[in-house]
Amino acid sequence: MPRMSTPLFEAAELVKRYGENTVVNGVSFAIHPGECLGVIGPNGAGKTTTIRMCLGLTAPDGGRIHAFGKDMPRDAMAIKAQLGVVAQMDTLDPDFNCAENLLVYGRYFGLKDAVIRARIPRLLEFAALTHKATARPGELSGGMKRRLSLARALVNDPRLLMLDEPTTGLDPQARHLMWERLQVLLQQGKSILLTTHFMDEAERLCSRLLVLDHGRKIAEGRPRALIAEHLEPDVVEVYGPGALDLAQREEHAPLRALAARVEVSGETVFFYTAQAQPLLAALGEHHQLRTLHRPANLEDLFLKLTGRQIREDG
Amino acid sequence: MTTTTLTPMNPWAPPRLSWRWWPVFLRNLLVWRKLALPSVVANIAEPLIWLVAFGYGLGALVGTVNMGTPGGSVAVPYILFLASGSICMSAMNAATFEALYSAFSRMHVQKTWDGIMNAPVRLDDVVLAEMLWAGFKSLFTVSVILLVMLGLGITHSPKLLVAWPVLGLVGITFSCIALVFNALAKGYDFFSYYFTLVITPMMFLSGVFFPREQLPAPVLLFSDLLPLTHAVQLVRPLFLDQWPTDAALHLLVLVVYAIGTFWLALALTRKRFAR
Repeated sequence: MPRMSTPLFEAAELVKRYGENTVVNGVSFAIHPGECLGVIGPNGAGKTTTIRMCLGLTAPDGGRIHAFGKDMPRDAMAIKAQLGVVAQMDTLDPDFNCAENLLVYGRYFGLKDAVIRARIPRLLEFAALTHKATARPGELSGGMKRRLSLARALVNDPRLLMLDEPTTGLDPQARHLMWERLQVLLQQGKSILLTTHFMDEAERLCSRLLVLDHGRKIAEGRPRALIAEHLEPDVVEVYGPGALDLAQREEHAPLRALAARVEVSGETVFFYTAQAQPLLAALGEHHQLRTLHRPANLEDLFLKLTGRQIREDG
Repeated sequence: MTTTTLTPMNPWAPPRLSWRWWPVFLRNLLVWRKLALPSVVANIAEPLIWLVAFGYGLGALVGTVNMGTPGGSVAVPYILFLASGSICMSAMNAATFEALYSAFSRMHVQKTWDGIMNAPVRLDDVVLAEMLWAGFKSLFTVSVILLVMLGLGITHSPKLLVAWPVLGLVGITFSCIALVFNALAKGYDFFSYYFTLVITPMMFLSGVFFPREQLPAPVLLFSDLLPLTHAVQLVRPLFLDQWPTDAALHLLVLVVYAIGTFWLALALTRKRFAR
């Protein structure tokens, strides 16, 4: 199992302050070979700042970063030579076509033109962009641009990929294609660090998750294990006229006793329970209500750990 | 795990430069090659319009300008006087435009620098590449204008071969200065201050259009501090097939401006990127 091997990348007790504001506060994690580590958290949780520190773009105010047997920031250039990065915002060169984007980017790694040119057809094929080799980024769809960014991040054949919200803003087809490509990379033995707002993405791709909030690590583990640890297995969502009464009125206390936990969000009531059948039977008597019975998922976990309030920049 | 404690980088630390600037320079060259013809026309048309309008138009009124040289006072045709000054102004303008508007587009608007720095390239090397690139573009513009001047028969001084690298240094100096303002800019509007408050006074007080000796004493003193003044003092005699007086001093001023402002530009750019 990856857990037993030496980590490829290790960050310990990272701290970053901007003035009085501590945006990353003692975050530690490790990435093992072949592993996909997901970093999730609300806006402003410190995800992007953590990645920027890992890339040596922002100097931490405390902590250590160690990768591929080398230290940041002393060996930053040697570490980056083995990293592939897809940033939140595309930084593709608008004046170059897809193939030229790859060529020019490969040169930043000190690769010889002949080496890069030999890799370009495979990279374009991987990104499903072979037919767009001579198109400029302005002529590409959002999904194509992101895949070109991914192909560009692979030009140096990196051991570890750092992907900051790689599918934000993509339609479902483009997201699924991106996920499929990332799965292929994991099967090839690459390691991935991924930040995301999509819990289905985290659950699908990540072998392990790190939950950040207010700059702190508040949970870490395998997605299913985290759900089992923090949540009851079943969720019953209740909507409709009088739904809120179930959560609030004294007379409905016996019904609430059938659930381990009851939460209200807007007009919806969430019942968390290990035994859904008695609860569903009791709810069945309220004909005006609509119910949705489903297993607890990462989104429930995320909301439980980080709360339901909208964040300032959310 | 070793315990190297990370310390925040001092923005004023000396530049850490490596050969990695080259692929960044090459990137700019490749883009420019695609857009070369319109960009050449734009860069060269304006200085030549200045030259024709002022040189032939005003030159007909002025006739000649008396200039002190080591060999005594010489009457210089106005067009030659102007050409030798305006070539320095062209070097300044070409470098300034590239290191302000174009570099800012790459740094701030297109986020090209961010992309580059995700690869093993330091910010220091990116800034160096932009500086050398603006210097190169300036030298290219100057070279074409020199060829046109030769074609018009304005000068045939063999010392133009010496003026050419001097003009390269002038481009470098002004690209370093412009990068300071690039580092401070929040948007393109900021650059109009730089043009109004720095470049325009420099154009009129450095002896490009008329001999500086006509300026009042306090203004002349100010003029002595301007890098373009020293560029003109170096280049004008070379156009007249003479050696400049105090060449070492003028060169030193340009080099000090270049190194000092490059360091300042780098420190300010490091601060900008250390968010």
